[in-house]
Amino acid sequence: MDWFPLLNSLRISAISTFLTFFLGISAAYYIAKAPRSIKGLLDVVLTLPLVLPPTVVGYLLLCLLGPKRVFGAWVFQVFGFKMVMTWWSAVFSTTVVAFPLMYRTTRGAFESFDMTLQYAAQTLGMSNTRIFWRIRMPYCWQGILAGTVLSFARALGEYGATSMIAGYTPGKTATISTTVYQLWRTNNDALAFRWVLVNMAISFVVLMAVNLLEQKNRTRRLEVRPL
Amino acid sequence: MSLSVKIKKRYGSFLLDSEFECGNEVLALLGASGCGKSVTLKCIAGIDRPDEGRIVLDGRVLFDSRKGIDLTPQERCVGYLFQQYALFPGMTVAQNIAAGIREKDKSIRNDLVKDMIRRFRLGGLEDQRPSQLSGGQQQRVALARIFASQPATILLDEPFSALDSYLTWQLETELFDILTDFRGTILWISHDQGEVYRNCAKVCVMDAGRTDPVVPVKTMFRDPGTVSAARLSGCKNFMPAQRSAGTTIAFLPQWNLELQCGRPLPEHPFTLGIRAHDLHPAGKDKVNCLPCTLLRVTEDVFSVILTLAVQGAEAQATTLRMEIPKPSWTALPCGSALEVDIAPDHILILK
Repeated sequence: MDWFPLLNSLRISAISTFLTFFLGISAAYYIAKAPRSIKGLLDVVLTLPLVLPPTVVGYLLLCLLGPKRVFGAWVFQVFGFKMVMTWWSAVFSTTVVAFPLMYRTTRGAFESFDMTLQYAAQTLGMSNTRIFWRIRMPYCWQGILAGTVLSFARALGEYGATSMIAGYTPGKTATISTTVYQLWRTNNDALAFRWVLVNMAISFVVLMAVNLLEQKNRTRRLEVRPL
Repeated sequence: MSLSVKIKKRYGSFLLDSEFECGNEVLALLGASGCGKSVTLKCIAGIDRPDEGRIVLDGRVLFDSRKGIDLTPQERCVGYLFQQYALFPGMTVAQNIAAGIREKDKSIRNDLVKDMIRRFRLGGLEDQRPSQLSGGQQQRVALARIFASQPATILLDEPFSALDSYLTWQLETELFDILTDFRGTILWISHDQGEVYRNCAKVCVMDAGRTDPVVPVKTMFRDPGTVSAARLSGCKNFMPAQRSAGTTIAFLPQWNLELQCGRPLPEHPFTLGIRAHDLHPAGKDKVNCLPCTLLRVTEDVFSVILTLAVQGAEAQATTLRMEIPKPSWTALPCGSALEVDIAPDHILILK
């Protein structure tokens, strides 16, 4: 069995999770501060990939990055490579699709953040960067972790937009999800089933990890004496 | 060393219009909840922003809308004790205290933390989390953290509201001692007249977003001047009044009687205030005798509260509340007649 699709899926998911982690957190942090009218609009735009069919996301990405489109053509002219049909092209689609999950869960965590902690830290002279990393993030880490894991799982499961922008080339752009489809299409049921099991195993482990982390956190909280 | 505040801020129909000055002393901001006390503190600390005005602390301009000056909270050096103390939940006691130190040198930081631990009697609790501490300990950590940051002024937002009342006496005396060491302005927000009387030198009464002039605490209790100040100082009886034929005699239309006030009265109609414990059962030769009917007797812990209707008053007239120590109360049934007396100089003349 050729393990390339597994490796490819994992690296694509890892990179896009890394990107969505910072993009989602920054978006959640800055959009919360934005004026109400802009906030509403940005919120809708950024959440859109969550509800759009992946094929629509793929179509829009191709409109932007395709070799004959404005941005894609410019990159090809200046740097001499194509933005689509490479293994890392899938990073674009998985990042866009996973981003709303990270953004939404982080925003929820930030909304439950007790702002008096921020104010107290400010009056004590802590810099805003320090407050963010030392107080806000530890306070909200559970929500942020949940968002990160969900983004990873979503990136791993991405099919529609990925197949449009990265295609399916065995040993080059094949991911688990595109491989399953290709194998099923070519009547290779047994191998398709193996990949299904692999995918399920990874998802299972990821979700178990989240549950365990949450449980650990809960027992730690129970040990704390009430006031 | 002083703090001068003159700010305005509008929230919908609510207008905050705060103006006061104070030197190196404890100034109380006394007001009912929702009168704008906390917002005033937040504007001074820089975590809320006034629409217009000017805030000057020890000669440093913290905020000036006309000159476009608006220092960040970090630059203001204002110590703020929040109602729920706002300790950082993920940090230990020692880390919480260290969070407020601006000094970068590690050994100086450690020494300062140790110093604060000793001074605020937190020895042995260094590695505890805030959630493991009692309310009083949490308050001491919050204060230690503020003192470690070496603020130019300290703002206390209802320092005892998060604690059970039976705990507060000891903490109040402790806090008083700690604050005596501080050289700078201290603003103490409260809605409790006793807390203010015991701990503060001066007081500024706030009512519906507006501040009254700053007065010494004793003056405010002796002669509150306004109805809101009198109410906040614990006065229970208020009555519309007007000057009668004599310049020192007040006529109370609702009760249809006159009271000798012993000093010249304003020409315009005014409000007259009588403290519940300044009323006494009338003896001989009293100046102001009020014939009353006893409506209700409420027994309090150490006193008895009497609700009285003044005889000959209008049907809808306000009743009178009188409070006397238990030992001096001889049980009377409701409905009995009772004459009470108020000394002229105990009558409050209010705007």
